[in-house]
Amino acid sequence: MHVPTMANLMAEGKSPDILFWVGCSGSFDDRAKKITKALVKILNHCKVNFAVLGSEESCTGDPAKRAGNEFTFQVQAHMNIQVLNSYQVKKIVTACPHCFNTLKNEYPELGGNYIVVHHTQLIQDLILSGRLALEGNETFKGKKITFHDPCYLGRANDVYEAPRSLIEKLDAELVEMKRCKANGLCCGAGGAQMFKEAEKGKKEINLERTDDALETKASIIATGCPFCNTMMTDGIKHAEKESEIKVWDIAELIANAADL
Amino acid sequence: MLEIFIFCILLVTGFGWFAFNVYKVCHNIRLGRDEMRSNQTSKRWRTMILVAFGQKKMFSKPLVALLHLSLYVAFVITQIELIEIIADGITGEHRIFQASLGNFYVFIISFIELLSLLAFVGTIAFLARRNMLKLPRFTMDELKGWPMKDANLILIMEIVLILCIFTMNGADEAMQSESYGFLISSFLGASVFQGMDYNTLHVLENIGWWGHFIMVLTFMNYLPYSKHFHIFLAFPNTYFSNLEKKGKFKNMKSVTTEVKLMLDPSGDSQDGVEVETPPKRFGAKDVVDLTWKNLLDAYTCTECGRCTSSCPANITGKKLSPRKIMMDTRDRLVEIGELKRKHGKDYDDGKSLLGNYISEEEIWACTSCNACVQECPVNIDPLSIIIDLRRYLVMEESKMPNELAGMLTNIDNNGAPWQFSPSDRLNWANEN
Ligand code: SF4
Ligand code: SF4
Repeated sequence: MHVPTMANLMAEGKSPDILFWVGCSGSFDDRAKKITKALVKILNHCKVNFAVLGSEESCTGDPAKRAGNEFTFQVQAHMNIQVLNSYQVKKIVTACPHCFNTLKNEYPELGGNYIVVHHTQLIQDLILSGRLALEGNETFKGKKITFHDPCYLGRANDVYEAPRSLIEKLDAELVEMKRCKANGLCCGAGGAQMFKEAEKGKKEINLERTDDALETKASIIATGCPFCNTMMTDGIKHAEKESEIKVWDIAELIANAADL
Repeated sequence: MLEIFIFCILLVTGFGWFAFNVYKVCHNIRLGRDEMRSNQTSKRWRTMILVAFGQKKMFSKPLVALLHLSLYVAFVITQIELIEIIADGITGEHRIFQASLGNFYVFIISFIELLSLLAFVGTIAFLARRNMLKLPRFTMDELKGWPMKDANLILIMEIVLILCIFTMNGADEAMQSESYGFLISSFLGASVFQGMDYNTLHVLENIGWWGHFIMVLTFMNYLPYSKHFHIFLAFPNTYFSNLEKKGKFKNMKSVTTEVKLMLDPSGDSQDGVEVETPPKRFGAKDVVDLTWKNLLDAYTCTECGRCTSSCPANITGKKLSPRKIMMDTRDRLVEIGELKRKHGKDYDDGKSLLGNYISEEEIWACTSCNACVQECPVNIDPLSIIIDLRRYLVMEESKMPNELAGMLTNIDNNGAPWQFSPSDRLNWANEN
């Protein structure tokens, strides 16, 4: 798989148009790595001049900040900004809404100013500009797909339309859950919950959300966040519905439809 | 003469006591930390007009929104009648504006009557909903006791106020040889009050008139103790709303200074960074560590529970309720504010918001999903309080769930929340 790194490009005297910020989940989590690869396939297919940081990338600090440790967050931010600025990065794409939010909203005040887009926004652009064609694909034709809004993409940053427009491009039937868009229910992973057991309660949040998805009778739950993906996948497993409904990232659906 | 005297005494005491309470509220709010919320004025006005005046966020439930709007419009418009009551009371006249305004006067009073009738229906509906429908958000633990009484009391006061208006106008109509032509009371005068003798009518009209006046004063003075204070505070609170993206959490300047010092002791990169002396403490343990906007939020909260009924943690049975976060903040602020006025501004009663009011279990249950912030009809932000309480626990007391401590250590050591080496970051590219 062709994955240029910033350091290599720099050594060749080249600079990419856009940095792909992979994120910790996209780098290390087995399920999320598949999303990373799907996105790279799309980028390569569309001849996007991109690069990754590889071993020079470090956690954005999002989970530390939401857990209340501003020190760890700012140390991470400071180090990442030094790396990003030394490569004169202008534009960043990421498949993780948490990285997206942190890089886009919280880094500027600390000296990191970049144009940051979520991968669904980038893919939408690639389609609109004619660099990615999905016409004639039948893979998802007529399939019922529901979209789970990641909190840090939707409510946190008001991005509701880009992922949905991609589902429509698949010629699939988009079915909304009863709680969607600004009223969407969290998958339960945000605010550093991903890394701890939930407090005592009646039910796990991801199961509550899985019920919303099952109610739509969709055959696919589309997500745009590696953490939501984990939560929903676990929820479906718990409900023993793995044969009826699958969880895919939008990038995977697009790569699949484009036969990549 | 005696009546004028009593009237003026009541008027001055009523407004004076209200002013004193407003002063206390302002004093309490100013116990909070600074926060800049005065930029982008035109956007702020727009937000206020849409959210407070237009009640935009209420309209996700259209029927409730309409009833609420009619109650609110009626409340505002009936205050026009109050102007006349005050003028009449001071001068001893009767319907002082009627002669000069003529038909326009009849129109205004009729309009007020129409709105009052709508408000009457609305109030009854809200009372029924609150006491008979058993909506979960109105029956939760945090509403037991005083908050539930508060809500009902306000609705009952509203009903008494409306009854006073109709008694006053209806009896007055019945006393006239020729009807004023008021939309609803001319009908009441000819039916309900028909056949009563002049003296009875006169007494009734007086009861209505004084009742209205006294109810308004009572209502006004009750507000600062009640969740109903939102009828005023919704305006400043939405004006000072957070205009940034909801996902953006504040970067603590005091931490920035320390991090820069730690990473570049030479101070080379200090240029352009505002150096801030470290605060008394990082994060918030008590209400005085919160910002004034958090405190204004607390006074503005109507205890409607829309936030809590959209909270994923609460929906799934966790102890966290964003409404309770706001109610606790207010209760604690009232308590410590009073003590500080009595014993001086440095007084410490040994209690705090975190611990005595809000438990650690509550704040660790939050997913920072922003659903509560999205739902709140008056743009309150419970999440920023939760995060500031976490900051105190983590940065001042190193207290947090074990797994989180591990996650933070991993980030510190190897730049990822899990134990993976940075050199393995690109392994995925060569795996199948
Ligand atoms: S941000 Fe926290 S308190 Fe607010 S709704 Fe989400 S989980 Fe509940
Ligand atoms: S914070 Fe807002 S939504 Fe929650 S109870 Fe108070 S007013 Fe209602």
